Amino acid sequence: MKLKDLYQGFRDPATIHSLAAEIKRLAELVDEPINIMEVCGGHTHTIMKYGLLQLLPDNIKFIHGPGCPVCVMPKERIDHAIALANEPNVILVSLGDMIRVPGSTGSLANHRAKGCDIRAIYDPLDTLKIAEDNPDKTVVFFAIGFETSTPMTAALIEQAEKQSVNNLLFHINHVLVPPAIDAVMAEKKSKVNAFIGPAHVSVISGAKIYQAAVDQYHTPVVVSGFEPVDVMQSILSIVKQKVAKQPKLEVQYTRSVSFDGNIHAQQLVNRYFEPRDEFRWRGLGPIAKSALQLKPEYQRRDAEHHFKSILSTEPIDDHKACQCADILRGLAGPKECKVFGRGCTPETPLGSCMVSSEGACNAYYRYGDILNG
Amino acid sequence: MGNIANQTIQLSHGGGGKEMDQLIKSIFFSAFANPILCAEEDAAKLNLCGPVAFTTDSFTVSPLFFAGGNIGKLAIAGTVNDLAMMAAQPEYLSCSFIIEEGFLITDLKKIVQSMADELHQSGARIVCGDTKVVPKGCADGLFINTTGIGRMLITDISAKNVQPGDAIIVSRDIGRHGAAILMAREGLELESDLTSDCATLWPVVEQLIAANVTLHAMRDATRGGIAAVLNEWAKASNVGIDLIEKDIPVADEVKGLCELFGFEPYDLANEGTFVIALPQDIALGAVEILQRYGHCEQACIIGHVVEAHPTRVVLTTPWGSHRYLDLPHGELLPRIC
Repeated sequence: MKLKDLYQGFRDPATIHSLAAEIKRLAELVDEPINIMEVCGGHTHTIMKYGLLQLLPDNIKFIHGPGCPVCVMPKERIDHAIALANEPNVILVSLGDMIRVPGSTGSLANHRAKGCDIRAIYDPLDTLKIAEDNPDKTVVFFAIGFETSTPMTAALIEQAEKQSVNNLLFHINHVLVPPAIDAVMAEKKSKVNAFIGPAHVSVISGAKIYQAAVDQYHTPVVVSGFEPVDVMQSILSIVKQKVAKQPKLEVQYTRSVSFDGNIHAQQLVNRYFEPRDEFRWRGLGPIAKSALQLKPEYQRRDAEHHFKSILSTEPIDDHKACQCADILRGLAGPKECKVFGRGCTPETPLGSCMVSSEGACNAYYRYGDILNG
Repeated sequence: MGNIANQTIQLSHGGGGKEMDQLIKSIFFSAFANPILCAEEDAAKLNLCGPVAFTTDSFTVSPLFFAGGNIGKLAIAGTVNDLAMMAAQPEYLSCSFIIEEGFLITDLKKIVQSMADELHQSGARIVCGDTKVVPKGCADGLFINTTGIGRMLITDISAKNVQPGDAIIVSRDIGRHGAAILMAREGLELESDLTSDCATLWPVVEQLIAANVTLHAMRDATRGGIAAVLNEWAKASNVGIDLIEKDIPVADEVKGLCELFGFEPYDLANEGTFVIALPQDIALGAVEILQRYGHCEQACIIGHVVEAHPTRVVLTTPWGSHRYLDLPHGELLPRIC
């Protein structure tokens, strides 16, 4: 495969223009506002980076969902990462995105500068080598991510088990998309009446995970790729469903999403993980069965268990001026928040949506919302 | 010292005694020889007159050798380019090495030889230097600092001098150095001949000056890429900059790597690519000089300076929507140069 195959064709201006024209034509036939929640921060990023809002008619709005694993991490759990990194003889390993996220006493980057051993990696399996190279240290993998990244953590656990790498522990923060959708829709004031689901989650979990949302809320759900043409095609599918008044589950990203997903990866995840009773989402609050934890038989690898005495579970709320909770439910836009761009910037975020590049406020701040530019 | 082919740098090479003298003579003096350096005084004696540009840079790139160059080539081109961007003819350089104990002497020779080769591009000379050896583990192989002095041929080029109505020109395709380092560091084996753009820019700049081109601002787009340069200009001159995305040259390999890692080519470092702001009416002529005499075949106009949206850079996508091009955030890639 040539590298340019990764993007060529999915950013063709003529295709994007003709999709925009068709969306506009059909949207005129729809007599209600179309409020699409893109669940995943990756889609928020695509929509803002490629200026797609500027191509859409006025009755299509986006409500930026809670699907950014870094953004939904409550402060008390970021504090866990910092507390673990400050333990003697501990090496804390996490994905690069986590390094700049502020907890209540600064970010992991701040603590690394103070001398903590904190390693940022791209591939979770690199953690195995760090653990093998440092047999006298305890290596903690701080695992984050939605259904997409959970199999990689499971694969790391499997390798650690097979190779008896016993100095490798896990702090699990893997969260699930469907309970987050339920939490958004449980809000009576929610204006969301269509969803775009992330393709990478469904490559693993299949499109099936959204069937319940379609049945329960009677909203279209389209599983979409991340390129601008993918997103425009998905918007067109939603508008067509709205015109026909027949909400259903559709897969735009037929390149690799099936209804059932990757059964092998699902089995791998189920081997090591089970749902937590409750997980507190930054912005959305506690949601039942919305995250995973290690199964009891792997408790010896659970950093939350091993370091229980130093890890506080006391909730730490965001700044009271922060409106992330409303933004995540679609009750307010980033620019309606009083602290947006003033007290709250990507360098000094007050709330979850400004934290990572996939957060809605961060995307608005970075790319601007230049509708009439 | 005998045959140095398989030998490594020892702490004694930095001790100020016989071993250090041998190292300096056999490696540095033989490559950089010139009367001022070889006078071996405590400081170099220089004759300067008129306005002078003065700059310094330290090089810590990892890995030391990458497709299209190495730390030595980078250390010369980097400092010479900083002078060239001020329209200063690069003349005198200092050069300090911090070497980790155990470093291969053959590698050091290769690096020094590419420094000597790169100096020929501008005619600058290394006139003073220093060598320190630190114990194993106290540095990562080799760090180099170079400082340069050049005579300014034009004195009003400035980041504060970008004006509404100016055209923005880029000298070649962007993001190659950052992408090449990323590829080397991640051990990616791609079917690609992607190389760093690392090069001395003085010969090109000399052509522009010789042709009497009016230059408002000029900067090599190193760390932070063209996104950093253009945002700095927009703020320093309190102007807006409009870029046309489809006109910005980017190699397919660089685009592909950006896709893999979630980067943008505008944020990636360059080491032989520069951006110019100059009056719109002479822009096409300047591009022709760059292409015809400066070997910058891909040089082109990528945007314009406007009074609207001061301090911001706005990118127009190929399908006509607009967005800000912001300064890069966070730890993009440490130790890129």
